[in-house]
Amino acid sequence: MMATLLVFLAGCGREEISTLIPAGEVAQDQFNLLILSSIIMLFVIIVVSIIFVLAIVKFRRSKMGEDMIPEQVEGSARLEFLWTAVPIVLLLILAVPTVYSTFDLADVSTMDVQAEDGTSSNLTVNVTAKLYWWEFEYPEQGIVTSQELVVPTDERVYFNLISADIKHSFWIPSIGGKLDVNPENVNTFYLTFDQQSSELEDGVFYGKCAELCGPSHALMDFKVKSVDREEFDQWVTAMQSEEPAAVEGDLALQGEELFGADGLSCIACHATSGVGEGNIMQGPNMATFGDRNRVAGYLEHNEENLKNWIADPQEYKPGNLMPAAASLNNGEELTEQELDALAAYLMGLTVEE
Amino acid sequence: MDINQKYTPQSWPDHPETATMEGKNKFIGFWLLLAAETVTFATLFATYLALKDKGPSGMEFSAAGLFELPLVFAMTMILLTSSLTSVYAMYHMKNHNFKAMQAWLGITVLLGATFLGLEIYEFNHYLHLGFGFTNSAFSSAFYVLVGTHGAHVLFGLSWFIALMLRNAKRGLNMYNAPKFYLASLYWHFIDVVWVFIFTVVYLMGVIG
Amino acid sequence: MSSIAQKKGFGATIWDFMTTVDHKKIAILYLISGGFFFLVGGIEAMLIRIQLAKAGNDFLSAGLYNEIITMHGTTMIFLASMPLLLAFMNAIMPLQIGARDVAFPFLNSLGFWLFFFGGIFLNLSWFMGGAPDAGWTNYASLALASEGHGIDFYTLGLTISGFGTLIAGINFLVTIINMRAPGMTYMRMPLFTWTTFVASALILLAFPPLTVGLFFMIFDRLFNSSFFVVEMGGNTIIWEHLFWIFGHPEVYILILPAFGIFSEIFAIFSRKRLFGYTALVFATILIGFYGFMVWAHHMFTVGLGPTANAVFALATMIIAVPTGIKIFNWLLTIWGGSISFTVPMIYAVAFIPSFVAGGVTGVMQAIAPLDYQLHDSYFIVAHFHYVIVGGVVLGILAGTHLYWPKMFGTMLSEKLGKWTFWFFFIGFHLTFFIQHFLGLMGMPRRVYTFGADQGWDLFNAISSAGAVFMAIGVIILLVNVVMTTIKNERVGNDPWGDGRTLEWAIPSPPPFYNFAQTPLVRGLDTFWIEKMDGNKKGMIFAEPLGDIHMPNNSIIPFVISLGMFIASFGALYFLDGDKPWALAVLIIGLLITFGSMLVRSLKDDLGFYITKEELLEDAKGGKTDGH
Repeated sequence: MMATLLVFLAGCGREEISTLIPAGEVAQDQFNLLILSSIIMLFVIIVVSIIFVLAIVKFRRSKMGEDMIPEQVEGSARLEFLWTAVPIVLLLILAVPTVYSTFDLADVSTMDVQAEDGTSSNLTVNVTAKLYWWEFEYPEQGIVTSQELVVPTDERVYFNLISADIKHSFWIPSIGGKLDVNPENVNTFYLTFDQQSSELEDGVFYGKCAELCGPSHALMDFKVKSVDREEFDQWVTAMQSEEPAAVEGDLALQGEELFGADGLSCIACHATSGVGEGNIMQGPNMATFGDRNRVAGYLEHNEENLKNWIADPQEYKPGNLMPAAASLNNGEELTEQELDALAAYLMGLTVEE
Repeated sequence: MDINQKYTPQSWPDHPETATMEGKNKFIGFWLLLAAETVTFATLFATYLALKDKGPSGMEFSAAGLFELPLVFAMTMILLTSSLTSVYAMYHMKNHNFKAMQAWLGITVLLGATFLGLEIYEFNHYLHLGFGFTNSAFSSAFYVLVGTHGAHVLFGLSWFIALMLRNAKRGLNMYNAPKFYLASLYWHFIDVVWVFIFTVVYLMGVIG
Repeated sequence: MSSIAQKKGFGATIWDFMTTVDHKKIAILYLISGGFFFLVGGIEAMLIRIQLAKAGNDFLSAGLYNEIITMHGTTMIFLASMPLLLAFMNAIMPLQIGARDVAFPFLNSLGFWLFFFGGIFLNLSWFMGGAPDAGWTNYASLALASEGHGIDFYTLGLTISGFGTLIAGINFLVTIINMRAPGMTYMRMPLFTWTTFVASALILLAFPPLTVGLFFMIFDRLFNSSFFVVEMGGNTIIWEHLFWIFGHPEVYILILPAFGIFSEIFAIFSRKRLFGYTALVFATILIGFYGFMVWAHHMFTVGLGPTANAVFALATMIIAVPTGIKIFNWLLTIWGGSISFTVPMIYAVAFIPSFVAGGVTGVMQAIAPLDYQLHDSYFIVAHFHYVIVGGVVLGILAGTHLYWPKMFGTMLSEKLGKWTFWFFFIGFHLTFFIQHFLGLMGMPRRVYTFGADQGWDLFNAISSAGAVFMAIGVIILLVNVVMTTIKNERVGNDPWGDGRTLEWAIPSPPPFYNFAQTPLVRGLDTFWIEKMDGNKKGMIFAEPLGDIHMPNNSIIPFVISLGMFIASFGALYFLDGDKPWALAVLIIGLLITFGSMLVRSLKDDLGFYITKEELLEDAKGGKTDGH
């Protein structure tokens, strides 16, 4: 009994990622379609099952007698009509919301609506998928972040998706269905976030890549922080400040130097300021690294994991494009102390209080 | 079926290509193969249309600028004529007139070879302009579509020649009549495909 | 040719199979090689389930995992399911229509050997630098970026085996159109023949787009063209279209023959004529027809726009109607019958709920907006395994038991067969039912690992446990085959006792010329009609006993295929630059292929005759050998 119950409860999955616990209007619509179609399909299954069970119970040869030759019935036009017509009716019931919803979810006509001051009244995020990480550009706000998408709740957020290399697919299961991220064209859709992610156990929604894109496809996760509009605006303002966050402590200062052009030149690929345009830098933006929820998108957010990751990225995300630390350090492995310094510096990069 | 049986125009059946079970099977099987070929070319056409004029940014080639109609029109006429001559060949095959059939097939082969020669000249011309196979998606799609047709022409020519040589001494019988018939059917198919290439690639290309 | 029974040596038997043009022997070749690839694909499946048994498992590396899922899918679809079905089509369909062989026995052999060498070529990738790793769908951007030669093994191997399948398809179509016995009208053909017919038509029209797509991919990877290279103006979505224009009909190429096998089983083991035969035939044709109009439902999330998505969603839903018609007609066939629960019948009965479950999730995925959630998640993995395992594989297992006596003259053990069934059936539902929920809980497909923080541990563990049951079932089947072969208890014409169609009217296995006299068909289920009329011979004859014309054996199909196999290695290594021998290998291979084709066309091959006297001798109990 307990085991069954456990299975049933686990059936809903985690609220950060389950489509069965929708946290946005789009996912809710899709969930409703799931329930509607499940009910109709359950009806079909029950009808078939009843006929099926009756047939195999009633007409066993042990009951009918070994030598019995059944009547060789040819068929029945009336029955054929019945089981052609009824499914058509059931499908019509499904077809109406299908067509409605298909057009509704693809409706991005309000995307470019402008407020009186000429700014866009809706938030648009340009998403660029790269080998095993995600970049989020907020063109109106002039800021860029990566791996963690920050969005306001209770309004439509529009997404422009494009891939910089291989085809990926953008999916936040509890917020709404996926859309492919193609290398040749921009795909556009919208989502709404009805729940603040701070209410979740992990504090973020989980996003996934849903299209096989190479060895680390399974690890190409991102996180979504949904906050109310006010907090979102504060975050944008913090991101927009050109002034880099003050680096505190000797260790972190040493890390900053290592990170910079005179050290390992990490900065050649990783910007540390959130201001800028998307799809320019080769590596993820580090401006909010200290605020993140995961290292490399999936490892627990602590210095130990960060150091391991920097020392040997291929070990943790096979096939990713970040060079091994030794290759930037004249072939020598980084010392424990250097790794500590880098970790301290990166963990200090934050725009939140 | 006896391969050594001698026929006269009187004893020769009206439809020698389907007079035997083997012939009937080949006849239907070949039509089905042509159905598959049609799908193949349809796929190539669709791809070509999708990739027409598509290339790296700043590509200098376009269908309107590249293709010139006079040569292609001449090629079209030559191939159409060769289709007609193969019809004459089949007319004589059905009348059991082996020599006339061989002669008309010979003309067909000559016309086909001329077509192929002109196509090679045309490709060579494009290559000299810098429009090579690896130039762009457009060039890849163009060469694969037109080249696949060219390969079919080559195969059709080889087939005709092999049949003519193999049977030169022994004349028509119920065993090789279906083969001649199918080769000519194949030739018509190639011709029809070319008409589509002429229209879709060249005419629509030049007009824009 | 001699009419004296001869015990052949091992070498002679091998040579016989390499040169045979007899549809029944080619069927055995398909069965053995399809079975072999089924085991290979099964082992790959087990490796996948071991890797996913727990969160964060490191049993397989990420790259190796991708190779294994790619090869599992490719092997199961192209090298296991299809050849196993082709085995039954070859073994049974000509018998069902009263033919002495297929229309083109030589091409039949060529089709097999092309498939075989293509399959071997593809699997050699494991030992030659790594298998393909872009999924069985081989989407273009990933495939072009894939390092090594794995993808080239995929494209070249599938091209070769695809030619083989296309040839088989044309052959069956012509056979059914031209070679039916007198009286065997289209509407008297057994359902398995009908499904073979429609599936062959689908092969004919669906394989060319795949072949073209594969050629584009070969050109892009080996000869620097730019069909799918975005910077050069290419478009990767073209690949998706071509693949699915093939890929969706392919699903029906697999399921329709399985439907055919089940139709035969329901009728035989209920002792009842198929209910609504006409409706079943038209439903088959309709399914085949619709199969070509729904490919974009595999691409709902690509961004084709709402109009395309809505149209393809509705088109897809319509397919549920003919499929439903089939299900209900089968139910009404067993209704009022006298059901004997033999192993084939148990599979057929179990197929109904399993396939209905797979069908309804298919309709759910046809709802485009809902599919945005389900697509590329474990829900779709569950769905297509319900359709393909619950439909096709159950059909193949049922067919194996049903037709084993007709193919080999001895019956598989019913007892072991039931053990196989229960292990396999329970394991199947245990493995895949729960994957629906994993998908709904947000688990994407094709992930080599998952974190402990996603809440998917328990269900994955259950799924992996189910896979073990399936494996046990398959092992018992192998034991069954070995024991049956060793015991070798011979059976008569109609070992199940209730056979209805022509194949059960002749000896098991049939003589190499099938029918000494061509039968005259008086109606649907002609053998049943004769039995009910008390005709002891099981059929009436359309012709007096006379000489029979038979085709000669030939090694040429084997050599043609071998040439293409060799040429493929040349093409594969051609552009490596550091392998000057590659061009030579390519040319030698092509010379072998075209040379043997030339030999074939220049050499007259008129076959031979079995005389009336030999047939009479044979009928008395002597054994006629074909050589």
